[in-house]
Amino acid sequence: MDPGSAGINRESPRKVETKYPTVDKELKLRGKICPYTFIESMLALEEMETNQVLRVIVDYPPAVCDVPRSLKNEGYEILAVTPLNETDWAILVRNKEVEET
Amino acid sequence: MKFSEEQIHRYSRQMILPGIGGKGQRKLAAARVFLMGVGGLGSPAALYLAAAGVGTIGLADSDRVELHNLQRQILHRTADIGFLKVESGKRTLESLNPEVKVNIYPERITSANIRGIIRHYDLVLDGSDNFPTRFLVNDACFFEKKTLISGAILRFDGQLSTFKSHSGGPCYRCLLPEPPPPGSVPSCQEAGILGAVAGIMGLLQANEALKEILEIGQSMAGRFLIFNALELTFQEVKLQKNPSCPLCGKKTQILELIDYPMVCHA
Repeated sequence: MDPGSAGINRESPRKVETKYPTVDKELKLRGKICPYTFIESMLALEEMETNQVLRVIVDYPPAVCDVPRSLKNEGYEILAVTPLNETDWAILVRNKEVEET
Repeated sequence: MKFSEEQIHRYSRQMILPGIGGKGQRKLAAARVFLMGVGGLGSPAALYLAAAGVGTIGLADSDRVELHNLQRQILHRTADIGFLKVESGKRTLESLNPEVKVNIYPERITSANIRGIIRHYDLVLDGSDNFPTRFLVNDACFFEKKTLISGAILRFDGQLSTFKSHSGGPCYRCLLPEPPPPGSVPSCQEAGILGAVAGIMGLLQANEALKEILEIGQSMAGRFLIFNALELTFQEVKLQKNPSCPLCGKKTQILELIDYPMVCHA
């Protein structure tokens, strides 16, 4: 029943983890507009550890494109942008290397 | 420091800039900038530094607001005439941004008090209108190892540079070893000044101060900018450390601050 238990193809669990990474923090920005959606995402990332993953929920349509683009310009890695329902979208972003200050 | 909703809104247009973000905004909030003179240069500089969220601003000026100041000293209003410029300046800055702490120094700045004052600041902006003060500020910044952003204006011309003599760069005396003889260079009182020229040069000082605090862009250290409003030209010349500079050169001749006599200062 469980294909994973057959032992034929030993799927690495790490592979699965890379595809669906653990979310370290979630930021609900429903009702927020740009550029505050981007700023609040960036502020959250600045407080997170290197490589941690942030999930941002937005419902402002332009933010679906603008937030990932702006975060990418700042050097963050966009892992996924997915619709959750008719209004909400989830942006999955991985933190960049935290600079030593 | 966690940003409030209001702070995010207030600073949003600069926080989204590359290289600023929350980290840069925190640097600005932690920064302490001292302004020598709250006149034509200090007014626009102070306004923009306060607007940007520089945490602590020190204002030094012993003069009172006069009617003829208002043509260029935009920190002050007609109703401020007769008040100390530092008091008027503090009121304006606090009404623009209540988050900024404004320290005021209405006393005459001399060799006796300047080092003790600038010691508490990270950056010094010189917007003074006379050579004795200009040299005093330069020498004090050298002794206290402070970065000095110097602006000067006359008629339709302006000059700007950043002096980091504490990290091997030239100082103001590398450019001009001694104050010119009294009377050889006209003062603003004699020669006049276009208000917008003061605004441009004061804002360039603010611009350079923000860059130094944020550690972004190319510093003006080792560069000297000459502005002419009539031709609308910016000319840049390289400024090198002068080995025979009496202050920061090989043979140190100046070991303490000097109060040059203030002459023809109306």
